[in-house]
Amino acid sequence: MNYTNFNIHEEFFVDMQRCIGCKACELACAECETNGQESMIHVNYVDRASTVQTTVQVCMHCDDPVCANVCPADAISKDEFGIVHTANTERCIGCSNCVMACPFGVPKKEESYDLMMKCTMCYDRTSVGKKPMCATVCPSGALFYGTKDQIQEMRPNSTPVNTFVFGQEIVNTKVNIMMPKGSTELIIF
Amino acid sequence: MKNKTYNIKALLIAALLSIFMIALVFFGSRKLQNFDAALVTYLFGTVFAFFGIVYRYTVWLQRPPTWIYFKRGITYLITGKVFSHFWFATKESVENIAFQKFIYPRGKYRWMAHFMIAVGCTSAFLITIPLTFGWINFAMAPNSISVYEAYFFGFKVMDFNLDSITAFLTFHALNWSSYLVIFGSLYYLRRRLTNPGLIATQSFEGDLLPLILLIAISVTGLGLTYSYQFMKGLAFDFLAVLHAVTVIMFLIWIPFGKFFHIIQRPAQIGAHIYKKQGMKMGMAVCPHTGEEFTTNLHIKDLKAVTKELGFNFDKEDGTSHLDLSPEGKRSRLAQAHLKARQQGGNLFG
Repeated sequence: MNYTNFNIHEEFFVDMQRCIGCKACELACAECETNGQESMIHVNYVDRASTVQTTVQVCMHCDDPVCANVCPADAISKDEFGIVHTANTERCIGCSNCVMACPFGVPKKEESYDLMMKCTMCYDRTSVGKKPMCATVCPSGALFYGTKDQIQEMRPNSTPVNTFVFGQEIVNTKVNIMMPKGSTELIIF
Repeated sequence: MKNKTYNIKALLIAALLSIFMIALVFFGSRKLQNFDAALVTYLFGTVFAFFGIVYRYTVWLQRPPTWIYFKRGITYLITGKVFSHFWFATKESVENIAFQKFIYPRGKYRWMAHFMIAVGCTSAFLITIPLTFGWINFAMAPNSISVYEAYFFGFKVMDFNLDSITAFLTFHALNWSSYLVIFGSLYYLRRRLTNPGLIATQSFEGDLLPLILLIAISVTGLGLTYSYQFMKGLAFDFLAVLHAVTVIMFLIWIPFGKFFHIIQRPAQIGAHIYKKQGMKMGMAVCPHTGEEFTTNLHIKDLKAVTKELGFNFDKEDGTSHLDLSPEGKRSRLAQAHLKARQQGGNLFG
């Protein structure tokens, strides 16, 4: 990328148990210039039949992104800051491989555009040292963007975790999920 | 993503097809009889571009996710399934390749500008490549000083009067292409210089240089006409060299840069046929949401492709994480997180 002022000391911390389903993040996300005014963040009910709990999902920006690996058109790239970018508009052929292969269920296929789009951690903002839109508006602390010291001070009984186990696959990510203190990984059953 | 510095299979295929192409130039120009020696630098540029395109295309096809789509396409073709999608494929080709319909919802002006560039570039390719290869040539009709004849591969295809509208439109065809390319490229250049999202993510060599090159080719090309028609040939030689340099840079850039999307785009139709064929074969139902989300064929192929790429989402119970829909995956992650929080004794730490 051309020029950048990316703050490498700040990270993303997600705590989905804190999500109250207000969807402020969805509206804020649509303000992100890299999405072209489309909202990329996901807020959905976990199991509507038994609970009103919602969950929130941003792109986790994997170290070895499955989405980029399964793309038949080489449309997805990861930059030097670990940001996995949205599909390159001229290359994406709209096959949805990335949508179905992402273990976190992040990429969206915009059917009318025949194009995959995803969260870029508000690269237009983070590349100039600002915070992502969603993290700036979340009222419940489900989404936080700041330094490790800041989150440790705010959540002394939690540990940020960025290792996820999906079956036999271990996925490491740039984005953290807040877990009980001392946790090292999150196993998805 | 594992990359080798070079790919022998691709080198071999590209070299063989390039030799075949040179043979076609030799025989298509009737043993160089109709070959225009003034265009020899363009010929080198075009043959190099052709070699590069075939090389990159072959490397690209060898990637597991690309190969599986290609393999399925060939299989449907051999087993005749593609013919049941013939009408669909024709419609898709016209809509998505000729008219780039999918760009329209992204923005009306974006579509118009892209369509102008596409028509301009395609028409320019259709004119210049056969001319460079000596496949098209013009000659005076026998016993006439006002009728021109056009030949393709040495066979006469049409004739026209030199002072006719057809002659005016034909001789200036590249100028019409240039105007279309200039207007379209200027729109995109303006967009790339003012859109904050694009400014944050674009690169000079990947996004701005291609537009600058297109404008440079068109302006220098138009300059040739203006020079000989209105400026008594002023700076014609200089413009001719400048035009050749910009065109050859463009040709060399095709296989490695943004212009490769022209070659890649038909894969979109392949992906659509794959989806349509998959729907006939049955839909996958998410075990979490209970709803259909994609085709069984897609999930089956993705499981194989991810394994080939070194990812294994298989679980101990024989199911796979890939059996879940995107919403199902997000919900299962949240449930696993809740379970971990409950085990930790505190829902919010």
